[in-house]
Amino acid sequence: MSAFTATAAVLPRTSRVRLRPGLILAGLFVAVVVAAALVPQLLAPHDPLAIGAEGAFLPSGGGHLLGTDESGRDVLSRMVYGARPSLVMGLGATAIAVTGGTLLGLAAGLGSRLTESLIMRLIDVVLSVPELLLALVVITLAGAGSTNAMFAVAFASIPSYARIVRAQTHIVRRSTFVEAATGLGIRRSTVVWRHVLPNAIRPVLVLSTIGVGTAISAGAALSFLGLGAEPPAAEWGDMLSNGLQYISNDWFLVAVPSVAITLTVLSITVLGRELRRRSEGRST
Amino acid sequence: MTARSAMAARLAGHPTAVAVAKRIGVRLIAGVGVLWGAATLSFIALHVTAGDAALSTVAGQGANPTKELLDQVRRDFGLDQPLYRQYLDYLGRLLHGDLGQSYQQRIAVSRAIAEQLGQTVQLAVSAAAVAVLLAIGAAVLTARRRPWRSIASGVELTLSATPTFVIGIVLLIIFSFTLKVLPVSGNDGPRALILPMLTLALPIGAVLAQVLRSELEEVLEQPFILTARSRGMRDTVVRVRHALRHALVQIVTMSGFVVGGLLGGAVITETLFVRQGVGQLMLSAVTTKDIPMVLGLVVFAAFVYVVVNLLVDITYTLIDPRLVTR
Repeated sequence: MSAFTATAAVLPRTSRVRLRPGLILAGLFVAVVVAAALVPQLLAPHDPLAIGAEGAFLPSGGGHLLGTDESGRDVLSRMVYGARPSLVMGLGATAIAVTGGTLLGLAAGLGSRLTESLIMRLIDVVLSVPELLLALVVITLAGAGSTNAMFAVAFASIPSYARIVRAQTHIVRRSTFVEAATGLGIRRSTVVWRHVLPNAIRPVLVLSTIGVGTAISAGAALSFLGLGAEPPAAEWGDMLSNGLQYISNDWFLVAVPSVAITLTVLSITVLGRELRRRSEGRST
Repeated sequence: MTARSAMAARLAGHPTAVAVAKRIGVRLIAGVGVLWGAATLSFIALHVTAGDAALSTVAGQGANPTKELLDQVRRDFGLDQPLYRQYLDYLGRLLHGDLGQSYQQRIAVSRAIAEQLGQTVQLAVSAAAVAVLLAIGAAVLTARRRPWRSIASGVELTLSATPTFVIGIVLLIIFSFTLKVLPVSGNDGPRALILPMLTLALPIGAVLAQVLRSELEEVLEQPFILTARSRGMRDTVVRVRHALRHALVQIVTMSGFVVGGLLGGAVITETLFVRQGVGQLMLSAVTTKDIPMVLGLVVFAAFVYVVVNLLVDITYTLIDPRLVTR
């Protein structure tokens, strides 16, 4: 079970539309991260890979707002350029996981009893292994690297999505509008495509916003373990594990990517929770 | 037990011994089924990769061994047998606790795990205890008490969204590099255990606290709480003696999440704090592509998950009659 499904039933539900300061801050921060991912060259003061002439381990200030790292590269620029791989990891892994989970969940929810129990028992088996270990198995079989890490993170979270879609499909297929559509003689595939899928997938799409944050965190964990992006690419998890070698002299190098990852995941989680709260408030 | 007394017991709200045994039996079979599935998937993965495996065993990748040598290795690993035979042998060995041979370390996977297990159990069990205690403390003290409730849920949200390694790094920066009161890494002594334990415990404790508080707040609305208060019982006593007992049952459903968090978190925590343990074993097996070791550890993780869930389930079936009669 992943953290976001575990906390799914926790929050009090309010339907009041109210913008809290935390929500605004989270929205602003996500906007900054998205901007950094789209046009890093406009925001970063230096080339993230260029080795500066001024030297390594420079403190904050002067031409380098956050100082330089062990190779004299500008830390702020590397942080800005690190936004893109993180977002690609988060969005890519979530998209793959939601697609896979939806297909499996629909097949289980609409298929024969045998298909359903086969798929659900398989999911039980996969869920008995922690997500990080599953991702590590994929990396062992497929090799390290940022693309493989994305697939590994996606694969590990497919079962949770599949469970939700199946449960939802069961509710939707017994609803009166599906019965009515079937009674009117509409083809089964059309009923599934037009009526079951859109209604079964809605709660998954809401949960997947939080899933993007979880995936970014999981991807950074793999990079931290040295199994994700390869150096010298500017990537937060890699910057972090790299900076760890110098933590006793200059912990700032570790603190910067830590703050970037945490604020990104936290902001996305806050926005996702608000989205979930509102969608639940409206549907009930 | 006769049908009549069984009926009477059910009407009185007490589960019959048969019902309890049946529930436990069903869970036991489901657990064995999950383990069988995990073993089968692991066998398939092993089999699909076995071709390279024989090669890499001989002399690493890029080597050019003779055909005789390859056949010898295939025979040693039983790869020349028919597939169903290999599968049955594999399951038979698992039943005896044999998880296979490591390609890289040339020792039994089960022996490697046994050597490293103690350190990780120490870390995981102490972290689980700290997480549950923190969660209970936070939930009991802040449920339905503004403004503490909002502050605590803000902290919990932040902690549960923070990656494990960042929590560890923050603790390191504060306690090891700034205050210089705790060691940076290592396995020896309780002082070296404090930071890794907190690193593992904080994110899990934060999620548990959120679940526990929302459950506690629901229980505090119940009429029997009002009854207890009207007898003049102090608020804290009501919370601990009456509300907490009911809310804790909800933690059962979280045991899977806790075990998963501990095992996954152990890989990160042991790497960050350079500690020996099963997590380190897993990471080094992944980086050296030691497939039998990785799969053996995964089957072992599934075993731990199933056993812990089963134990928690049995305990609560015996404690809480509602789980059976409902």
